[in-house]
Amino acid sequence: MSFAATLQERFFRWALRGHAPEAVPVILTQRRVYVLPTRQGLVYAVSLLVMLVGAINYNLSLGYALVFLLAGLGTTAILHTFRNLAHLRISLGRTEPVFALEHAGFGIVLTNLRNESRPAIRLSLPKHLPKQPQVEVEVPAQASIEVRLELPTTQRGWLTLPRITLETNYPLGLIRAWSYAAPDLRCLVYPAPAAVAPPLPSTPGADGGATRLAAGMEDFAGLRGHQPADPPRHVAWKAAARQDDGPLLTKLFSGAAAQTLWLDWNSLPATLGIEERLAVLSRWICDAHASGLAWGLRLPGPGGELAPAADDAHFHSCLKLLALYAPS
Amino acid sequence: MRQADSAQPDRHIKPLARPLSARQSLWLYGSALAVFAPLAPYQPEWLSALASLVLLWRGVLLWRGLALPSRWLLILVMLAGMSGILLHFHTLFGRNPGVALLVLLFALKLLEMRNVRDGFAAVLLGYFLSLSQFFFTQSIGYAVLTLAGVTATTAALVILHHQRQPPARALRLAGVMLLQAVPFMLLLFVLFPRVQGPLWGLPIDAFSGQTGLSDSMAPGSISQLSQSDAIAFRVKFSGEFAAKPPPQTSLYWRGPVLSQFDGRTWKIVQPYVSNGLPYTLSGTPVEYTVTLEPHYKHWLFALELPATIPPDSILASDYELLSKAPVRARQRYEMRSYPGIVAGVDEAPAILRADLQLPPGYNPRARALAAAWRAELGADDVAIMRRMLDYYRRQVFIYTLSPPLLGEDSIDEFLFDSKRGFCEHFSAGFVFMMRAAGIPSRVVTGYQGGEINPVDGTLIVRQSDAHAWAEIWLKGRGWLRVDPTAAIAPTRIEMNLAVALPAGEVRPLMERPAFKWLHQMRYRWDALTNVWNQWVLGYNPQRQRELLSRLGMRSPDWQQMTTMLTVMCGVLLLGFTAWTLRQRQRLDPALAAWNRLSRKLARHGLARRPWEGPYDYAERIAAALPADGSALAAEVQEIAGIYARLRYAERTSAQAAQLLQELKKRIAQLAWRDSHKP
Repeated sequence: MSFAATLQERFFRWALRGHAPEAVPVILTQRRVYVLPTRQGLVYAVSLLVMLVGAINYNLSLGYALVFLLAGLGTTAILHTFRNLAHLRISLGRTEPVFALEHAGFGIVLTNLRNESRPAIRLSLPKHLPKQPQVEVEVPAQASIEVRLELPTTQRGWLTLPRITLETNYPLGLIRAWSYAAPDLRCLVYPAPAAVAPPLPSTPGADGGATRLAAGMEDFAGLRGHQPADPPRHVAWKAAARQDDGPLLTKLFSGAAAQTLWLDWNSLPATLGIEERLAVLSRWICDAHASGLAWGLRLPGPGGELAPAADDAHFHSCLKLLALYAPS
Repeated sequence: MRQADSAQPDRHIKPLARPLSARQSLWLYGSALAVFAPLAPYQPEWLSALASLVLLWRGVLLWRGLALPSRWLLILVMLAGMSGILLHFHTLFGRNPGVALLVLLFALKLLEMRNVRDGFAAVLLGYFLSLSQFFFTQSIGYAVLTLAGVTATTAALVILHHQRQPPARALRLAGVMLLQAVPFMLLLFVLFPRVQGPLWGLPIDAFSGQTGLSDSMAPGSISQLSQSDAIAFRVKFSGEFAAKPPPQTSLYWRGPVLSQFDGRTWKIVQPYVSNGLPYTLSGTPVEYTVTLEPHYKHWLFALELPATIPPDSILASDYELLSKAPVRARQRYEMRSYPGIVAGVDEAPAILRADLQLPPGYNPRARALAAAWRAELGADDVAIMRRMLDYYRRQVFIYTLSPPLLGEDSIDEFLFDSKRGFCEHFSAGFVFMMRAAGIPSRVVTGYQGGEINPVDGTLIVRQSDAHAWAEIWLKGRGWLRVDPTAAIAPTRIEMNLAVALPAGEVRPLMERPAFKWLHQMRYRWDALTNVWNQWVLGYNPQRQRELLSRLGMRSPDWQQMTTMLTVMCGVLLLGFTAWTLRQRQRLDPALAAWNRLSRKLARHGLARRPWEGPYDYAERIAAALPADGSALAAEVQEIAGIYARLRYAERTSAQAAQLLQELKKRIAQLAWRDSHKP
């Protein structure tokens, strides 16, 4: 690490008042809000100097007054800008897991306890990250607002939100106030599903569980409201045709009769590496979930087996297992 | 909880390069109008017209939402405007052409404004133009107009950076910020170490178009002045005259003394500097302070005859006070005068000779009359003077503001033919006759009288009080003031011009008796203007030292002032910061109650997630409750409804209080039985 980088790192550590990540809610106290003039602020100051020289030269008493008024305006701008950021609270918002190569969306909740709104607060991620759009929000008085910061993902596992910069130049654009925060916010990144994968295994699992059953033997168990993830062939089309403007319904089948399959790490060709295996398993889990199948997952190591199920919770715990898989 | 607005489409563009929206352009345009309007009367008419046209053009483009014209067209207009300025002023440098260029640039910048950076340039130009307003006038009215322009420009600056701000809010914010800037302005104004300008040579046109007495007098020059209501100077009497000023008839404010005559025009001669006072003082002095308006000449006006010489000035041998530098700024000096003292008993022969000079050849009839009087009355100079005043009285002379034009032998024509004139005619005729009779004499110009402002007791002397009288030298008695106008129109000296003029003469508006109430208004306004002039416009290094020593600062020099300024600004800034942070981070009571619900349910693992809205939260609770908790679920849902109405719905304050009451009660009474364990 170069000297400058070391220095910068030390600065950020100092600026964040201890080690990142910080416990939420992070409050931007006045000691961690920094204020400096923007380039426009400098131009403004130089203009005032020129005007002052003019006022002196022509003995313009009101010229003095105007220059001093504008200087006072610049000074109050410092306070207003500072105030716009100071004592803002940062807490955690909703952060949904994503597959690698997708954009992770970090939810950050900004809370304004003041009786006045805080306009034009910009959030950004460190500059060295891939080109980031700035997000600008207004936090209304006595309210919270959720901001989503998006970050591209490359690999599975926990992705920690990097240090964020909050800044504002409200109201005159002459002064910039900014602060750093590193709230403890992580996003779980599932392994990206393999683009090319072997078909779902159709052999019975090791414990001799149910194989794919013939279509006629499914036990119809009832109807429920259609959800987008339901496979199309389970839609109750006949019911839908009877009531043309009603909601779509999905046919449910009793569990024992549903297909159960085991997605097994060891069933994969030995030529595949760890990440490739995880990618294939991820693809299988997605496919199985999309087709409404029940599946079980088996990974090497302790705690590597999840009993067959077909619901959303199971889908996410399987993927989490894959995301955090560490070979012993 | 509200979701952040969807991203702006232009968020990848640097903020300064963002194109201006219609609203931003409109605001900049409005602020430009507010800045330009008070400046327009002071620009050449064609330039004001051109700038108005350009502004109108911009207005039409804004209104119809049309695209801006091409740069080439603007460059053409710019070049045309610049050549116009060059033709008008014969230069592009200097104060007035500079301001004219700034006006042109400002108007055209509005047509060339494409992005935020251009908008910022326009805002700065607007501030500069507001300052340049003060080159032309610093009156209270224009100061208020300029302040309005500055407020509009500041609001435009807010909109420029934060265009989603509602206009009313931006304007209010600009007003609040300017109000908060006022304490800083006052501190800086009083304590910033003042420097007497100019810092470098001023352009020649720095002071043009001023009215006042000049160094020569031709027929008509003073009657022209008398039409002007402008204030020449103000006097504050002190001592025994503080309550009751000296009588109007003794208020002769001595100005330029004209001894040289070329047949038509009276001129000053280069004065000798007098060493000390050339006369001995006797009698009671009159003490007073004069606040002289800048007139860009050297004269300082004082009652006859001055006994003190203000700093940086001299007393000339003909008893006029001269400032070493032209009076460029409003000047204040303390004076003591002794009316009616004898001066010049042993006047230098060279001066007496000069005061007998008459151009040969002109005005034969007047010369003949004077010679006849001399032959008749012998060596009695006083008798000749009386004869001349009698001549003015006996013949039908008319005191008028609009005398007929006079030809080659102006004195002859006035004395024998037209017999109509103003004070310059009467004094010139008198002095001519005296000289023709061999009595040394000269014309003295200055002001006569003045009016007391009943509001603050100051004496206001206006240009319309300009006057010319005469001085003759008598052996053994020295210089004697003779006012020939008093012989014709005594009321001019005793009262004022308005009374002295015959009925039917067109008087200056304010001098008309019908406008009594207007007169009263003007007194008040004048008193206010006087305070403004003395303390705001006349606040110079000297005044600053005076004020600061009066406030208890010993030997106020610039180091002390700077220290004081820094300390006080620091204190002010700290005060403001403390006020900024003091505003308690108080929770909205509704939110506090809502949080209490969350804490209550947190024991059962149902704390509200930070991003959860009221209805979502209620639904989650309902879903988590077992079947027999439906009553509880309904209750929670109702509470959520109350909270949502309280936070987000339109309601009056009475309704809000009632809702809040109910919310608190219901949350307090919410009972959770163990059977509800999810």
